[in-house]
Amino acid sequence: MNVSMTVNGRSVTADVDPPTLLTEFLRDHLGLTGTHVGCDTGQCGSCTIHLDGRAVKACSVLAAQAEGARVVTIEGLADGNGDLHPMQAAFREEHGLQCGFCTPGMVMAAVDLVNTYPNASDTTIRENLEGNICRCTGYENIVRALKSGAAGMGDQGNG
Amino acid sequence: MGEPTTKIGGSTRRSEDKRFLTGQGRYTDDINMAGQTYACFVRSPHAHARINSIDTSMARDADGVLAVFTGEDLANDGIGGLPCGWQIHDVSGEPMAEPPHPLLAQGKARYVGDHVAVVIAETKQQARDAAELVDVDYDMLDAVISPAKALESGQPLVHDEVPDNRCYTWELGDSGAADEAFERAHHVTSLDLVNNRLIPNALEPRAAVASYSPGEDHYTLYTTSQNPHLARLLLSAFVLNLPEHKVRVVSPDVGGGFGSKIYPYAEEATLTWASKKIGRPIKWTAERVESFLSDAHGRDHVTRAEMALDTDGRFIGMRVDTKANLGAYLSTFASAVPTILYATLLAGQYTTPAIHARVTAVFTHTAPVDAYRGAGRPEATYVVERLVSQAARDMGLSQAEIRRRNFIPTDAFPYQTPVALNYDVGDYDATLTRAEELADVAGFEGRREEAQKRGKYRGIGYSTYIEACGLAPSNIAGALGARAGLYEAGEVRLHPTGKVTVFTGSHSHGQGHETTFAQIVSDRLGIPFDDVDVVHGDTDRSAFGMGTYGSRSLAVGGSAIVKAMDKIIDKSRRIAAHMLEAAEADIEYDDGTFRVAGTDKSLSMAEVAFSAYVPHNYPLEQLEPGLDESAFYDPTNFTYPAGSHICEVEVDPDTGRVEIVNFTAVDDFGNVINPMIVEGQVHGGLAQGIGQALLEGAVYDAESGQLITGTYMDYTMPRADDLPSFRVDTCNTPCTHNPLGVKGCGEAGAIGSPPAVIDAIIDALRPLGVTDLEMPATPLRVWQAIQDAQGRQVA
Ligand code: FES
Ligand code: FES
Repeated sequence: MNVSMTVNGRSVTADVDPPTLLTEFLRDHLGLTGTHVGCDTGQCGSCTIHLDGRAVKACSVLAAQAEGARVVTIEGLADGNGDLHPMQAAFREEHGLQCGFCTPGMVMAAVDLVNTYPNASDTTIRENLEGNICRCTGYENIVRALKSGAAGMGDQGNG
Repeated sequence: MGEPTTKIGGSTRRSEDKRFLTGQGRYTDDINMAGQTYACFVRSPHAHARINSIDTSMARDADGVLAVFTGEDLANDGIGGLPCGWQIHDVSGEPMAEPPHPLLAQGKARYVGDHVAVVIAETKQQARDAAELVDVDYDMLDAVISPAKALESGQPLVHDEVPDNRCYTWELGDSGAADEAFERAHHVTSLDLVNNRLIPNALEPRAAVASYSPGEDHYTLYTTSQNPHLARLLLSAFVLNLPEHKVRVVSPDVGGGFGSKIYPYAEEATLTWASKKIGRPIKWTAERVESFLSDAHGRDHVTRAEMALDTDGRFIGMRVDTKANLGAYLSTFASAVPTILYATLLAGQYTTPAIHARVTAVFTHTAPVDAYRGAGRPEATYVVERLVSQAARDMGLSQAEIRRRNFIPTDAFPYQTPVALNYDVGDYDATLTRAEELADVAGFEGRREEAQKRGKYRGIGYSTYIEACGLAPSNIAGALGARAGLYEAGEVRLHPTGKVTVFTGSHSHGQGHETTFAQIVSDRLGIPFDDVDVVHGDTDRSAFGMGTYGSRSLAVGGSAIVKAMDKIIDKSRRIAAHMLEAAEADIEYDDGTFRVAGTDKSLSMAEVAFSAYVPHNYPLEQLEPGLDESAFYDPTNFTYPAGSHICEVEVDPDTGRVEIVNFTAVDDFGNVINPMIVEGQVHGGLAQGIGQALLEGAVYDAESGQLITGTYMDYTMPRADDLPSFRVDTCNTPCTHNPLGVKGCGEAGAIGSPPAVIDAIIDALRPLGVTDLEMPATPLRVWQAIQDAQGRQVA
C-alpha cells in the first residue's frame, strides 16, 4: 500500500506492506536510523518521535496510521542551520547521555514534556519520563538537562 | 558540573555527543550491506528437552528462505563451541567441569531461549515466519532452576557428564585460622543472603551483521561487542577455525553493555560462518525478549556468611559459603566471577585477619550467568557490608563506629589482605567522614522523628565498599587460570600537520573515551583538544586490544596511551635537539614545547611532527622518519577504588513502599580526568545498584523453567521516578602503580549501593521488629516482612 507523510519537512511517499511499523518505515525505508528500537512491548521510549507535534512511540504506530501526518524525528529537530536545538544542547551541556541509545527518544520526549509543562518541577519531569527508559545515566542529568533545555526553549520562544 | 576545560581534570563536554544527539550515531542495527539477508533464531521453548529431530523442510520451502541450519550442520563443518576464558581448579585439584557450549543445540536444549536452529531469508519478516515452520520434535525433561537444589542428588542433570551439576568447588583463605577465630569470638553475626539474579538490559539489543568476501577470503563482522579484538581472537581461534588476520570485527557505537556484551555469543559466531555458506551478508538484531532470554544474566548467589567479633567490636574472622548459579553453559568469564572477582574482595575495607571462603558453582537450566556491572564485587560487598551493619546492631555500635574500628589505617598501605589482594593505597575514613557530612547524618534523628509524625518509618544505611579494577597482571592471572592476557594496547599517531589520531583497544559504549582519552593526549602533547581524534572498536584500525570491562579502560588502556606518548616525546626530543642544534640533554619538554634550557630557542610538537614526516632537517642517520608509536601496558596490580555510600529511606508501613529520600556516594577513584563523566558513571552505577535492591530480579518458574520476567512489563527497570537525586563527591588518593594515578569508576555505584539501601530499610523497620530483608525489596516483600515481624511480636 501507498503511504504519504511529511518527515522532517520533506514530503515522502512509499509503497509499504500494511503491517510496516512507523519505526521500520523511518529506519528501513527512509534511512533515518536516529529513531531507535529498544523493545517490542512499547515500554522503552527509544523510538519516540513527534507526530503532528506530539511525542509518540513510533514502534506503536503503523506507517499507514501516519498517513498525511507531520512527523519529526531527532534528525529534523534542530533548525537545519547547524545549531543544536536547545534541548539537544542542554543534554550535551548537562551530560544527559552516555551510550546515546535512549537519547533521541529521550530528547523528543523532553521537548514535548516542556511544551506541555513549561515550568515542570523535578517531580513532574520524573513522572512524565516514565515511558522512557535510560539504562546508563540514572536520570539525574537527564532531569537537569530537561530543566536547562526548557529554559533554552523559553528563550528561543518556541518548542 | 565543573569547568569545561580540555585539560586533565576539566569537565570537557563530550565530543561524541554531537552525533548521538542528532541521530548520527552508528549502531550495529543501523548498518546495512548490499545484498543483506536476515537471520532469525529458533529457540527452545523448554528449559530442558531432548531434541529427537528437527524437520526444516517446510521452513526451507517458505517464501524468501535461503537456508536453515541446525547444530548438525555446524558439527559437520567442524565448528567448535564457545570457549570459557578462565579455568578454575576444584578443591580436589582437578580442573572445573567444562561441558561443551555449542552454538546451536546438539541433542538437547538446556534453557528456555537456547539456540536450536537459524533461518536465513531475504527479509526479516520472512525469516521470522519461516522460523515458526521449523518443526522440532522435543521430549520435555525435568528442569532444575535453583543452584542449591541442583546440587542435591537425584536432580535432573544439565550435562550428563557433570555429576550433581557441580562445575567446581573452590576455596580461598585459611580455614584453620578462621575456625580458630570463631572459637574465641565474643560474638558471631550470621546471615543467609541471596544476591538476586539480574538481567543487564543494555538498552541497545545485541545485533550482528556478518559478511564474507570470497575475492579476499575475508570476513567482516559488525557486532555489539565491548571488546572486538577478543571477539575476533575467540571466534577465529576457538570457534570457527578461521585465520585471525582474515577476520575484521567492528563494534561501532554500542548502546550500553554493563558486561553483557563482553562475551562472544552463538548468534554472531553462527552468522559469521553462515555468511560464507550462503555467500551473502546476514543481519540479526535481537528482539528485547531475546535479550531477556539469552543475554548473559548476572549475580544469582546464595550465601551463608558469618563474622566473628571480639569484645571491642573488632572483626577477627569471617567465613563464607556461597553457591553460585552458572546457568546452563559456561559463559566467557562465568567461572572467574564468583571466585577470583568475588572471594578476593571479602576483606572489604577492614583488617579482618582470618577469612575463609568456599564457593560451589552450579549448572542449572537457566540462561548463562556471567559478569554484570561489578561482577563478583557487588556480591562480595553485599556479604561484607550486610554482615558489618548487622554486627553493629548486634553489638550496639553505630554504623560509623564499627567501621572506623576496623578500617585499614592509612599508614598500613600497601596492605596485604588474607584473601590474596594487596591494596596499594586508600583513605577509608576520609570518604566516610565526607559522606556523613554530605548526608547530614547529624540531622538524621530529627528527620526520623518528623517522618514518624507523618506515619512514615525513616532509616539510614551504610556501605563502605572496596572493589578491584583493571584485573592484572597477566602472568599472575594466568597462574590463576586466565586464558587471555589482561594488558591493553594503544597507538598515538601524529600527522605531519600536527593533528593526532589515537588508536585504543579499549571500547566505549557510553563511557566517553573519545573525550577522556583525547583530554589526556591533548594535555600531555600540548595539542588542541579538537585536533585529537580517538579511534576504537575496529580490529582493522586499532592493532590490538582487550576491550572494556571491569572499569579497566582508563587504568589499563589510558596507561598504554601514556606509554605510547612517552615514546613520542622521547623521539621528538631527539628530533628537536637536532633541529635546534643542541644536546639532547639540554632539551626541556613542557606542554607541547621543546626548549633549549636557558634560551628562548624552542619548537612546538607540531613543528617536530612536520619535520618527522618531511625529514629535510632531520637526524636520518640516527632516527627513522615518522612519529607514530604504539605501546602495550600490563598493570602490576589491580587498582582499588573504594568509597562510602549512605542511603536514607522512608517506608510507608501500610503499602510497603520504599522511597529513597537521600542517597550520598563519596568515592575514591584516584586521579580524575573528567569529573563530569565520572559523576555520570557514578549516577548510572547507583541506578543499577538501587535497581537491584528495590526493583529488579529475574525469576524463573521453579518447575517449568520458564522465564517469568521476560519483558519490560514483568522485569522492573528503574524509571526516572523510581530514583532520587544523588549527592556525589570524591575524596581521591592517586593509584600508586599506573602512570595516570587513576583507579576506575564505572562499577562503583552498582557495587556499593545495594547493601546501603537494604540496611536503610532494615534500620527504618527496626521499631516494627524487622531484622532481615531480601532483594529486591518490593512493596510486597517489605509489607510481608512487616506483617511477619508483627506476627512474631504478637506470638
Ligand atoms: S521501541 Fe521500545 S517503546 Fe518503542
Ligand atoms: S544513555 Fe544509554 S540508555 Fe540512556
